[in-house]
Amino acid sequence: MNISIDELVDNFALFEDWEERYRYLIDLGGQLPPMEEALKTPASKVQGCMSQVWLVTGWNDAGQLTMRADSDAQIVRGLIAVLTALFAGQSRAEILAADINAVFAKLGLDQHLSPNRRNGFYAMVDRIRQFAASDATAGTA
Amino acid sequence: MTKPAAIPLTSYAPAVVRGDFPALAQSVNGREVCYLDSANSAQKPLYVMAAMDQVMTTHYANVHRAVYSFGAETTVAYEGARAKVARFLNAAHAGDIIFTRNATEAINLVAHSLGAQLQPGDEIILSDLEHHANIVPWYQLVQRKGVVLRVVPITETGALDMAAYQALLSNKTKLVALTHMSNALGTINDATAIAKAAHAVGAYVLFDGSQAVVHQAVDVQAIGADFYVFTGHKLYGPTGIGVLYGRRDLMNSLPPFLGGGEMIDTVAFDAITFKESPYRFEAGTPPIIEAIGLGAAIDYLNVQDLPAVQAHEKALMGAAEECLLAIPGVKLYSRAPARSAIVNFGLEGVHPHDIATILDQMGVAVRAGHHCCQPLMSKLGVSATVRASFGIYNTIEDVERLGEAVQKARKIFT
Repeated sequence: MNISIDELVDNFALFEDWEERYRYLIDLGGQLPPMEEALKTPASKVQGCMSQVWLVTGWNDAGQLTMRADSDAQIVRGLIAVLTALFAGQSRAEILAADINAVFAKLGLDQHLSPNRRNGFYAMVDRIRQFAASDATAGTA
Repeated sequence: MTKPAAIPLTSYAPAVVRGDFPALAQSVNGREVCYLDSANSAQKPLYVMAAMDQVMTTHYANVHRAVYSFGAETTVAYEGARAKVARFLNAAHAGDIIFTRNATEAINLVAHSLGAQLQPGDEIILSDLEHHANIVPWYQLVQRKGVVLRVVPITETGALDMAAYQALLSNKTKLVALTHMSNALGTINDATAIAKAAHAVGAYVLFDGSQAVVHQAVDVQAIGADFYVFTGHKLYGPTGIGVLYGRRDLMNSLPPFLGGGEMIDTVAFDAITFKESPYRFEAGTPPIIEAIGLGAAIDYLNVQDLPAVQAHEKALMGAAEECLLAIPGVKLYSRAPARSAIVNFGLEGVHPHDIATILDQMGVAVRAGHHCCQPLMSKLGVSATVRASFGIYNTIEDVERLGEAVQKARKIFT
């Protein structure tokens, strides 16, 4: 799956109703490369009680974010695909500067960013930001 | 889609009652809100809001410590709320009612104050149906005091296994702490039989009535409850107010929970004496406005035809079950013979979070997740389910909306 966030925003703009938007989001989730089961550990699990979410992040040699993530819920997988388009390959500074709320609002998906303790996806965004803000140079638990 | 069965008409008109709840007139995602999450927290009638507003706009002051007229009026209103709760539960005295922040705090109070008298090896009986609020305080007591937890299983239908319960009771049992009605499955326990069996071995019995008080008449004396707790916000009252029923003779034999103002008789640095219950357990300035709001919620319910309301909620549950079962792949998690107002379900191959997200797009509010009942979820062999719950303001149209939305979710995901 190699789609830029700008392409995603353009594609979402074509949809006339929520149903088309969500069908596309579910398709995006379906195209997300599978995450190896071995990577799904308690440490990579993101807290949230509605659905399960796992996330592993790292930096490549060029200082760009690498991420693998998965969820047992299809819509959350779609959201992960959007997040991957937004963040993967970005530098620390670009991630911290990104206005993710504005992007998700454009996609009509901003409700998923509510700081809800049951919302594993929100916790995942938070974890990526913390990872970018921390001094760690490689790999995360 | 199968049309839900018609519900017999009574003088209680849900569509009219719905008009008392301003939040339900809103639109969500372009459609009138279909609120099916009352078991999580209920909407509030204008009457409750007005009562709370009135305290603050006409005579607000602290209670029990002001001789001026505002203080006296507010104290009368606060103690009036206590009397309303006592009548609502048929407690023998208003003094048997202790105000807490919520049901969780009420259970923690008992775990702390009754727990102080327990010895290592003493047993507490819980069940697979319990909310985390009725598990965690006891687990903490296990760690503090070395007491032992025994867990009553559920039957295949989701009912409490009464034979297993009887078998767990012994002279080691000091407390039975069970839900009166399951928040996840809607299962209604036979509180009277549970209490009778507990008392036969000399154990105390506590019921978590947070769901039960909403859907059935509760008489704590007829049940024989030693402790009965519920929260205000599920009973159409405000958040921040809960209730612990405990007879004064029993409560006065227990040490206080939180310490501070209001609960003391005399204070010197070397000697403190405590007031009698309920004040002994109400440290600090209590949730005055919230208690008055809860009293107003009870007043609001008291003018309704409650047997008709309860029959309606149960009928909506039945109609929803019928409607959902007509959708291929739907599985219902509760078939307990005694149950009401709650439908817990899953859709084969579709994650509950996904279902709830699509339902939200269609203006239908349900809860997806483990419902604060992880032990129950593992018993059911799932990590999450979807729960639709009904209250006084729900109508048969809400059931149709639920069915339509679940159909849509099925179409989108399968």
